[in-house]
Amino acid sequence: MFGAGGGTSSYQEIEDTDLIILWGSNARETHPIFFHHVLKGVHQGARLYAIDPRRTSTSQWADGWLGVDVGSDIALANGIAREIIAAGLENRAFIDHATENFEEYARMVEPYTLEMTARCTGVPAPAIRELAHAYARADRAQICWTLGITEHHNAADNVFALINLALLCGHVGRYGSGVNPLRGQNNVQGGGDMGAIPNKLPGFKNVEDDAERARFESVWSCTIPPQNGWHLSQMFEAMERGDLRTLYVIGENPADSEADAPHARKLLEGLDHLVVQDIFLTNTARMADVVFPAAADWCEYEGTVTNSERRVQRVRKALEPPGEARPDLEIIWELARRLGNDWGEPGAERAWDELRSLSAMHTGMSYERLDAMGGIQWPCPDENHPGSPFLHGRLWEEPRGGPPAPFTPVEFVAPLDELNAEFPIRLTTGRRLDSYNTGVQTGGYSSPMRKKESLFLCPEDAERLGFAEGERVQVSSRRGSIEAPVAIESSLRPGLAFMTVHSAGEVDTNVLTSDAWDKKSGTADFKATAIRVERIAAERGARHEVAAAGTSH
Amino acid sequence: MSRAARFKLGVIKRTVELTIDGVAVEVPEGATILDACNKLGIVTPTLCYLSTLTPVNACRVCVVEVEKARVLAPACSRKVEPGMVVHTDSERVRHSRRMVFELLSSSVDMSLVSGEVKGWIDSYGSDAARYGPPAPPAKVGERDARHAGHHHAVDGSVAETVAQPVKIDNDLYVRDYSRCILCYKCVEACGEDAQNTFAIAVAGRGFDARIATEFDAPLTDSACVYCGNCIGVCPTGALMPKSEYDLRQQGRWDEARQTVTQTVCSFCGVGCNLDLTVQDNAIVRVDSPLEHSVTHGHLCIKGRFGFQHVQNLPD
Repeated sequence: MFGAGGGTSSYQEIEDTDLIILWGSNARETHPIFFHHVLKGVHQGARLYAIDPRRTSTSQWADGWLGVDVGSDIALANGIAREIIAAGLENRAFIDHATENFEEYARMVEPYTLEMTARCTGVPAPAIRELAHAYARADRAQICWTLGITEHHNAADNVFALINLALLCGHVGRYGSGVNPLRGQNNVQGGGDMGAIPNKLPGFKNVEDDAERARFESVWSCTIPPQNGWHLSQMFEAMERGDLRTLYVIGENPADSEADAPHARKLLEGLDHLVVQDIFLTNTARMADVVFPAAADWCEYEGTVTNSERRVQRVRKALEPPGEARPDLEIIWELARRLGNDWGEPGAERAWDELRSLSAMHTGMSYERLDAMGGIQWPCPDENHPGSPFLHGRLWEEPRGGPPAPFTPVEFVAPLDELNAEFPIRLTTGRRLDSYNTGVQTGGYSSPMRKKESLFLCPEDAERLGFAEGERVQVSSRRGSIEAPVAIESSLRPGLAFMTVHSAGEVDTNVLTSDAWDKKSGTADFKATAIRVERIAAERGARHEVAAAGTSH
Repeated sequence: MSRAARFKLGVIKRTVELTIDGVAVEVPEGATILDACNKLGIVTPTLCYLSTLTPVNACRVCVVEVEKARVLAPACSRKVEPGMVVHTDSERVRHSRRMVFELLSSSVDMSLVSGEVKGWIDSYGSDAARYGPPAPPAKVGERDARHAGHHHAVDGSVAETVAQPVKIDNDLYVRDYSRCILCYKCVEACGEDAQNTFAIAVAGRGFDARIATEFDAPLTDSACVYCGNCIGVCPTGALMPKSEYDLRQQGRWDEARQTVTQTVCSFCGVGCNLDLTVQDNAIVRVDSPLEHSVTHGHLCIKGRFGFQHVQNLPD
């Protein structure tokens, strides 16, 4: 945000703040140790608000839970902003000093009265008002979010809507106040920082900036294509058009993890050539022409990863990789050599030092300093720099450092997979404490808490539809249909169903999920699927009963 | 708590001067006697104290003599006061510390405590054998069923102990309460100091006190979320990953063949530091460094136990 793609605050600031909003984040289960910091804040008196369609275990710790309808987050954020402005609680001094485009923003949110926002979001007006006033009046406040904000067809707009709130109240650029995406994997942040996004070079330099490209080309001794590349969703579109015929997949399992999985699998099968580099023979790897067995870099090789507070930390080799598995870096190095580019002896520290020479925000982070300091938060421009616990302090400087931070007005657009009489239930997806994404890593250990992959319904819906716990049902969306057992979960509300994606082998959830994706970020919409749930056709159901009876004594 | 007290930033602290073992020392107000001892390099034995947990004053092994005070004071939690005169090695202090070590050693299996604690037990002249041979261990569930006030009379011929069978009710960690000194660290880590799950508490009174889940339910029926943060703080090996327990049972746990490597967990973007204990190219135990600002030594179930995917290899 404002030119740097990272959370603005440190975990310590979560303990020292006055108000924490967890928006679309079940941090208690998906970021448990971050939630320790949240709880320290709560015990020290910070108020906690959870905004989530489900009444999650995170929500149970909150002073207020706003049970927002799936996909109506922008309406809620705009409604909060409208209430803050209407009550005269916006931080006028900060807005004048550090932002631009406020007038347009204020005009755009004006129609989002408490009443209209309540209608759009399903959140009662008094709860919206309470949060608006609490956030605006807090001395320090944090907004943290996870996939509940970003796995939508309008992911980037959702994020803009939250950043607008921070600008409106001056809750950014100061110790204790900030806006923070909680990253889902140990190097989501680092991957972006390193330029593993199609429009950026390392250090958030634009691919389409000729001067920057020239700088990288001189060190890399090669020509960098001058246009932005494709992100994942665009790649699948290119496969569909036939423009992308060869795919090299590293540490990703798109055959299981993509929304609308059957469609994704069909496209992967249609490729001329598929190369997969992974620590497992995933379902994607099974489809590949060539598989490079990779080492698990977090414990079988050296390198760095960057966490949600921008802290670059070292991973180190504790185990020998099995069989012929090799570290990702060595596989890429070897591939380059066979393609006629000898990069010399492979080495993680060598690659890192080259990065430091090109990315100013990493220049001060030698391996030696990373070891000694327990990681360093970027930016860290030189070897005497202690790292940066929080970002954008420049917005408060007199005179202001750098350009003003812009408000980005965004309108609410309802989920594209509409509810109607045929598909009346909203399905959303998420994760459990003991499992991780498609389960290839967490499936291997014996968790006493593991839940069977199921269709989770609230008690009211289960009763209304006449389903008993454990009964297998037919779940259908506009894209596909699967069978799943019903499980009853009281954290859900009428009209809202929940599934996890931890075991495609048990229940192939992503057969159902929406094929919509965000045009600005490329993120797929896993969170808002319209479904219907039906009894399995009588004949087959009877067969199930016979089978069950046959094994029950 | 008042608003003003919450802001740690920019709070200017006065210093307090006191005397410990005849040496003057200056520490910030609010510091403990233990902090002051540490500043002077005076080694103070502790069992229930941990820098990341709220002191509970349970073990009394860190007691010191404060002049003009009637009773000995626990150094780990007693705040310094101006002009305080403290003795850490008086006969009264040494006697008290020896008694604590002796009573614990006679009733609890201390064989897996750290070398540092073993050194203290020896250096204070603890003689557990003088209480006689240990009484036979309790049967399964017997100690858990004891009610406050229902003590049986003892004849003094044997030393009472907390010995009982190991509790193994899940695949991730075991609870061997024969090794439990009731330091409360696990209760604190499970509670408000870290995990906030509150799956365990101290049940019973006096010698029958023990760590228990609600109604002594098996862990699988309790609130436990298997973060293992209780294991991370346990000083006696009473709480132990199953992977370590099994190797010890098989006589294959061999610290001489182990390495400890610090790395970062791969299961989310928080960036928790892991200390991987590896023996024969297999991870046998996972901890987190106490002093790291991300974890303060604490992990979740995935970080502490979710490593099997790198070693579930086909034969």
